[in-house]
This record gives sequence, C-alpha cells and structure tokens, in this order.
Amino acid sequence: MTHDGLELRGVSIKVGDATLVDGLDLCVAPGEVVTVMGPSGSGKSSLLAFIGGFLDPAFAASGEILLDGASLAALPAQGRRIGILFQDDLLFPHLSVRGNLAFGLTQDVRGRAARLARVDEALEQAGLEGFRDRDPATLSGGQRARVALMRTLLAGPKALLLDEPFGKLDRPLRKDFREFVFEHARMRGLPTLLVTHDAEDAEAAGGRVVDLEAA
Amino acid sequence: MLRLAPAITLVMLLGPIVAGLLGTLGPAFGYLPVLGANTVSLDPWRELLSHSGFSSALALTIVSGFGATVISLALCIALCATSAGSRGFERLQRALPPLLSTPHVAIAIGFAFLIAPSGFFARAFSPWATGWDRPPGFATVNDVYGLSLIAGLVLKETAYLALMTIAATGQVAMRASMDAAAALGYSPSRAFIAVVAPRIYAQIRLPVYAALAYSLSNVEMALILGPGNPPTLAVLAARWFAGYDLAQYFPAAAAATLQFAVVLTGVGVWRLMEIPVGAIHRRWVMRGRRRGFMEPALAATAGLGKLSVTLAFASIAILALWSLAFRWRFPDFLPETWSLAIWAQHLGSVARLAGVTALIATVSTLIALTLTLACLENEQRRAVRVGRGALWALYIPLLVPQIAFLFGVQTLLVRLGFDGSMGAVIWAHLIFVLPYVFLSLADPYRALDPRFARSAAALGASPSRIFFTVKLPMLLKSLGVSAAIGFSVSVALYLPTLFTGAGRVSTLTTEAVTLSSGGDRRVIAVYAFIQAALPLVVYAAALVAPAILYRNRRGLR
Repeated sequence: MTHDGLELRGVSIKVGDATLVDGLDLCVAPGEVVTVMGPSGSGKSSLLAFIGGFLDPAFAASGEILLDGASLAALPAQGRRIGILFQDDLLFPHLSVRGNLAFGLTQDVRGRAARLARVDEALEQAGLEGFRDRDPATLSGGQRARVALMRTLLAGPKALLLDEPFGKLDRPLRKDFREFVFEHARMRGLPTLLVTHDAEDAEAAGGRVVDLEAA
Repeated sequence: MLRLAPAITLVMLLGPIVAGLLGTLGPAFGYLPVLGANTVSLDPWRELLSHSGFSSALALTIVSGFGATVISLALCIALCATSAGSRGFERLQRALPPLLSTPHVAIAIGFAFLIAPSGFFARAFSPWATGWDRPPGFATVNDVYGLSLIAGLVLKETAYLALMTIAATGQVAMRASMDAAAALGYSPSRAFIAVVAPRIYAQIRLPVYAALAYSLSNVEMALILGPGNPPTLAVLAARWFAGYDLAQYFPAAAAATLQFAVVLTGVGVWRLMEIPVGAIHRRWVMRGRRRGFMEPALAATAGLGKLSVTLAFASIAILALWSLAFRWRFPDFLPETWSLAIWAQHLGSVARLAGVTALIATVSTLIALTLTLACLENEQRRAVRVGRGALWALYIPLLVPQIAFLFGVQTLLVRLGFDGSMGAVIWAHLIFVLPYVFLSLADPYRALDPRFARSAAALGASPSRIFFTVKLPMLLKSLGVSAAIGFSVSVALYLPTLFTGAGRVSTLTTEAVTLSSGGDRRVIAVYAFIQAALPLVVYAAALVAPAILYRNRRGLR
C-alpha cells in the first residue's frame, strides 16, 4: 500500500566499498518535518541528492522513492517537483530578486501580469516588498535565504528537501528563518526532509529524527 | 547531437592535421600524383641536403628556437618570482593580456622599426652621441645570427608564458607556500623559485612546449626579423612552396617534414632536460641557503623581463607614430611633418581587409565557442571525467608546425575544388582558434558551482533552459574573454590564410607581411597598426560589455 507524502523504500547508497545508507525505509506525511542527522560524510547530502535526482554517478544507489504514491525513478531532476534548499542560497547572480522568483514560478501561471502578481505576493509573504528590483548580492543573508525559500515554493513543489539551509545564518536569524521555513512547509502541507548535524535544528523541527549512523 | 560533440570537435581539429601531414610526407619522398610524380624516392631529401644554405638554416632554426624559449622562460620566471605577493604581480597581470592579443606580425614590424639601423633607437642617439647622420651600415634587423629574431620572439613569448604562469599560481596555493617559506627565513623571490616554481612548471609544461614549437617553426616573425639568406628552415620551406617552380615542391615538402621532426625532437630533448634540471633544483633546495647571489640575479633578469614588456608596448606605439608621419628623415627624433594622408590614401583597402579579417575571426570564434560549449555541456550532463589525453589532443595544433601540414591541406583542398574559399580559410583558422577558446573556457565552466544547475532543476527547469538561462549568463564574462582570445588568435594567423586562401583571400596579416618587405614604413605602419588594434578593441569590448550589462549585479563582478 502507498501513502500520501514522501516515501522511501529500502534506499541504500554506496560509494566504492563503503555503504553510506543501508536499506532506509521512511514515510514523511504531508506537513510533517522529519530530520535526518549524522556527522559529515555520513551520506545525508547524498540521500537528498538521490531523492532530488542528481546523485553523482560515483555513487551507487538502490531502492524506491515514491511521491504521493508514484515512483520517481524514471523522472529527471526537473520533472520530480521536489524543492530543495541548500546551505547557500544559490540565488542566480545575473537576475534581480524578481527575476529569480519568476524563474522559479511554475509555468502553469500564465501571462506576464499574473506571473508578476504571484511573484510580488511571494515577496510580500517574505516581508520583502521593497526589494523586487534589487540585485540579490546587495541583500542581507537572512533576506537572501527568504528569497531562496520563496523561489523554491513558487515552483509548486510536492515535497521539500532542506540540506542544512540554516547552517550559515547567525543565531537569532537562524531561529527566525527556521520558523519561517517550517511554517510555510506546514501551511502548504509539504512532506519535508531536513538534513542537519545541529541538534537544535532537529528539536525545532519537532518531528521524528532519523540517525544515519545508527541506520 | 550533444553526445557527438567531442567526436565532431576532434575530427574538425585533428582531421586536417593528420591528412595534411600525410599530404606533405608524400611529396617529401617524391610522391605527388597531381604533378605526375608516382614513384617514391629520396631525391627531395638529396636536393634539400645539397642546398647551399641548408646546414646554416638548420642551425639557425635550432639556435633561435631554443634560444628564444629559454630566454622567455627565464624572463617569465624572474618577473613572477620578483613580483609574487606584491602589487607588481597584479600590475603584471593587468599589463600582459593586451600583449597576448597583439599579433606576432605587428610586434615584429614595430620592433623592427625600433631597432633598425634607421630605427627609433638609432635616431634617439644620433647624431649627438653616435655621430651618425646617415643610418649605420651594419644589420640590426635580419642579422645572420638571428639575434633580432630571438629578441622579437622573446617579446611575445615572455608575455604568453608569464600569463600562463600567473594563471597557474591559482592552482598551486602560491600564497600559502610563500608565507610558509617566509616564516622559515626565505626571501620572497627565493621562496618562489624553491617551492612555487616547480609546481607551476608542471602546470605550464604544455604552454612551454607550445612556445618552443612556435619559436622553432614560425614563418611570419622569421620573415620580418630573421636573416634572409639563409633563412630559417620553415621560411626556406615556405619560400619554395610559394615559388612558381613546381619542382621545388619536393624539397619544400622535405624541409617541412624535417621541420616537423625538428620540433618533435626539440620537445623531446626539452622534456629530457627537465630531468637533470629538476635534480639540480632539488639538490639546491636541500642545501637550505637563505641568501646569496640569486636575489640580485633574479632582480637583474626581471629587469630584462620588464624591458621586454616595455619594448613590446613600444613596438605597438611606434606603429602609431609612423602611420601619422609624413616626412621623417634620419636622424630626426620625431617626424618633421605629420599627416593623415597615408591613412586617407589606404583607408578603403584597410577597411576592406579589416572587414575580411574580422569576418573570418568572428565566424571561426563562434564555431569554436559552439563546439567548446557543446563538449563542456555534454561532459557535465553525462558526468564524464576528462583525462589528460584530451588536453594533449587540444595542444596538437599548437605543437605541430604549421608548415608541416598546410601544404598537404592545400593539395587536398585543390583536389576538392575547395581552395581559396572562405569556408576553407575559416576551417583552417578554427584549428588554431578552438584550442585557445577551449582551454580558456573549460576552467570557468567546470568551476561553476553545480548546485546552481541543481537548484534550477529542482525548480523544474530543463537542461537546455538551465544551459541558456543560468549557465551562459553567469559565465558571460568568461565567454567574452574566450571569444576575444579566439578572435585575436585568428587575426594573428599568417600561414593558414596563405595556404588555404590560394591568394584569393587576404587578411590584414597577410597584407602586412607582404608589405613589410617593401620600403614605405608609413604604409606598413597603417596596416600593422590596424592589425594590432583590431583584437585590442575586441578584447576591450569583451571586458566592458559584461561590466555594463551587469553593472547592478555585484555577485558577478
């Protein structure tokens, strides 16, 4: 039987002779945040790369990934509808803030006016109304992080992967942004997988914790 | 289609070289069916060896080739060693690109204008210091020992090798090594030679071989600065190939094939010499000397290096001066009367040639960029790791002497009825443009953070959309620099245009070389100056355009 949300069945990842992930089974329900913990090199990021569809060919992965009951195996990264936030915001430096958001916005929203309206609405939700024509490089770290999240959400993902996206932010900012991300993920009912090595992040996520070393 | 990119690129690049080498090897052994020569014989070699100037030509080729490369490398290392870690290093980095983009021919002509018996330097000291009121009777250009040729080559190759060295410093953690050595009591220049230079040499080995191959086998600089009789081996071959006597094709092909052997052996000998030099270097490092005669020796060599860079710029400046002169008699320091008359007189012809030159350069550069990007994108999409073999393949056009395969290419083109066409000339240019475009673009392309593409894919963007809307715009600056380099390489090419153009396609470069044997410096200066200016303008545009386009994008500066 299948579940709504993100489901992993017997996922294993190997590099050379080393097994990083060994037969991981996991269900993340819509709106739920599950935290994957482990020290660096434990395969956390490889797991997200496998789910996202861009695992380096040096790794060998097996097992099934299901999103709302459908297997993702045959889909390329751009067809999976899985949003990802990395430790760096990775805003495209050649585009304005608005350009970045419009790049992310799903093509189902048609017409210039409608698209700009959606982008501006997202900026408003992020409290960044005045920043739409700005160069992303001139924004603060916290502002950039929020733009990156909005860009991801505008693509209309069905699941969210977080690859230590709070790692580079200062303490107070970190707490704010973390709440901002979780709030949006829950509001939209996104199954969310958070990868971190910070226990505080896991605690704030409030959900189940999977320890990769123990797995 | 993308999958085929590496194969197509290799065939376009190496196909003509292999075919051309074989097509030159045949006549070198008396086999050239087009002329009814169907039997293999050693007669071409006998004729070559019995030529009166043969042994001098061979000696001149080896001395000037090795001499220029050894001196250029020494000046380059001294320049970098004495400036590493200081402001001078950045100044060097900024000063050299214009010299690299200036064609050899323009530098050679300008340099000849400086050092000729009636040249700028003789004028500067005459008659007050030298007593000359007529140009002296001894040869300072085209001297039989090839000294002016060596000097001219050094002006160009020092700049090339120094830029390659500066680029390599980024890959060898120069700063950290020099700091560590400084903490152990080594001066900066000594630290550079001891711990940085060996690793940099490993990085710039192929460019050094390319400089050696060029110095041993170039025709255009040797025509302008080298001795006339006997000339270098490559010039000898080119002269026979260009003559009206078809029987001369055979000894010419033998000379061209010998030229190939000379370069092959030369690079081999250089490679072998690296072993004892490396051993001496290691023993020297073990001795742990902290001070000695090395610092003053390096400073003096670096002084010569700065002189070389200055002379290269002066060579460009003197072209501008001569093109604006009307009456300039010896020993006047500056022209007596100035005029734009020569410019006005030749404007039509210069503009037409500049147009053809720019067209060939633009098209060959665009094809090179397309092939390069296709290869690099294919490499990323299929996650292929590229080995050292690919790097060597790219260097083959820079190592194989042009004279050794262009005749074969020419006979092939004649047989296909394709000679003298723009397509043939552009393809010939592509062979030399592509390696430089590829080598300059590959590093920035591979260095682009792959997570940008992953983020875009996670947002639903297809690979082609990512390529056009994320990668290309982010790499605009590198694309511009690569294009400018490709353009300047094409503008500088002489023999490829000559052999494939069949006299029907002329560029600023072929025209400048033809004119350089004539008398009127003012006319030569006009053509050579435009030849130098064209790539410089393109280079400046390539720097300025992204800066304007992205003036509000701090992340891309």
